[in-house]
Amino acid sequence: MEPVAIVGVGQTRYERQKRGDTFADMIFEVTSKALEDAGYAISDIDNVITVSNDFWDGRTISSMAVMDACGAFGKCVSTVEGDGAFGALYGMMRILSGQFGTTLVVAHGKGSESAMNLITNAMFDPVYQRPLGLDAISSAALQMRRYMDKYGVTERQCAMASVKNHANARRNPLAQLPMEITLEDVMGSRKLAEPIKLLDCSPITDGACALILANGDRACKAEVAPVWIRGVGHCADPFFLGDRDLAECAALRTAAKKAYAMAGVNDPKAGIDVAEVYDAFSYQELMWTEGLGFCGPGEGGELIESGKTATDGELPVNPSGGCLSAHAMMVAGLARIAEAALQVRGDAGDRQVPGAKTALAHGVNGPCGQSHCVFVVSSELG
Amino acid sequence: MEADWLKDAEEMVLKSRIKIPYTWYVGETGGRFFVDIRDNKRITGTRCEKCGINYVPPRKTCGRCFSDLDDSWREVGPGGVVESFTVVHYHEVSHPKDPPVIYGLIKLDGADTALVHLLAGVEPGEIRTGMRVKAVFAEKREGHMKDIEGFVPAEGS
Repeated sequence: MEPVAIVGVGQTRYERQKRGDTFADMIFEVTSKALEDAGYAISDIDNVITVSNDFWDGRTISSMAVMDACGAFGKCVSTVEGDGAFGALYGMMRILSGQFGTTLVVAHGKGSESAMNLITNAMFDPVYQRPLGLDAISSAALQMRRYMDKYGVTERQCAMASVKNHANARRNPLAQLPMEITLEDVMGSRKLAEPIKLLDCSPITDGACALILANGDRACKAEVAPVWIRGVGHCADPFFLGDRDLAECAALRTAAKKAYAMAGVNDPKAGIDVAEVYDAFSYQELMWTEGLGFCGPGEGGELIESGKTATDGELPVNPSGGCLSAHAMMVAGLARIAEAALQVRGDAGDRQVPGAKTALAHGVNGPCGQSHCVFVVSSELG
Repeated sequence: MEADWLKDAEEMVLKSRIKIPYTWYVGETGGRFFVDIRDNKRITGTRCEKCGINYVPPRKTCGRCFSDLDDSWREVGPGGVVESFTVVHYHEVSHPKDPPVIYGLIKLDGADTALVHLLAGVEPGEIRTGMRVKAVFAEKREGHMKDIEGFVPAEGS
């Protein structure tokens, strides 16, 4: 693969409700930040990928409504309706096509302006599943129980991801929910859809993220050290929940294997220094560490218990605080990539994992982790 | 970031809602599935011989091998096993009833995929993974997923 680099990142602070900012305001903020980070002018951007969802934005063709705010006037704009990690994938492909030297990828989401459960109910099949009232939380609860039943993972082990990630968020000035909480706090929090409790869930969040990608020639012109995309893989599981064993994440395993093969990572435990994974719910961090090969199937509980995924562990997972500490829909996967890039640049501030050279970022689309996108990024071109 | 002046600012918002009528064609396969439930209280699925999978709800094509599954209908259930479940405690207008709402992933006898539906006639604390349940059909059936009211315990059946 021709080299493609991340040369600019911009994120808003993530908040429960951004009263001061419209969608466009957030996009303008992160686009400006990413340009400043790269040392680029808007004229250095060859094409733009916007990432948004019409239901979340309350309008059709929502992607086009933020064109002004991301400096897309007169440029080729295309859209991803889905998690921002897939937006970055598309942005990378556009550079690989040879048509563009740089891509700006922007994602925005304001959970505060709509009704979370009604919108996630609408992701299910309108004929067979939606009339039952299923939503993101209740479907995840079916997955969490199935996962615990199959492998003997406990609710307390799942709760550890919440304790760890909220604590990590205290070192991330952009995070929405920096919290010092205990396992008992998570276990005793309000039952939403058993076995899921309030503190097993990621929050409703407003925020945006921008990434600037560049080919090898253009990356050299950026002011920041390029972060090279060394590997990428993506794969989807079936749409109907009952068609797959919800305790498994076959699609993630496939996506990760592809990304590792491309990046030349033989053993992720040795080859990855830090990972940002899509922990929409506490138990999902455990499941995704299995899918990513950080441990064997069913060993996610033991892995987090061992402390290896803590910030001072052998393979820190979500030093930013993860989605559990800030989960802007459509944005969160792109934010994982931004965080991974900052880590390998050594620019992650108080949440920096010392000496991180190679990082993994992971985005998810669809209920119960239906579709996965895995990036391996590095400060070294290899 | 919320600026200080915002704390005392008048909040100007536009409150509205999106409500658009929509009619979903359930398709030939879905049509046959719902007619069988409505007229015969029979739950059916389609089978992929190549993959050895009985799909419920029925599919027109196998997502794994891309085979056409027309003319491969099989009756399944009405009994089955709870593969997973959740007791939902929050109110939501999308819910079919007041909480607690209990959802189950139910693998019907003869099916290889699980059906998401409601569990009823049981105390939330008494539900177990692996317990046997059976479908209860609505008195008045209209060719809709809710023609199955839900699944109730059926130990020994």
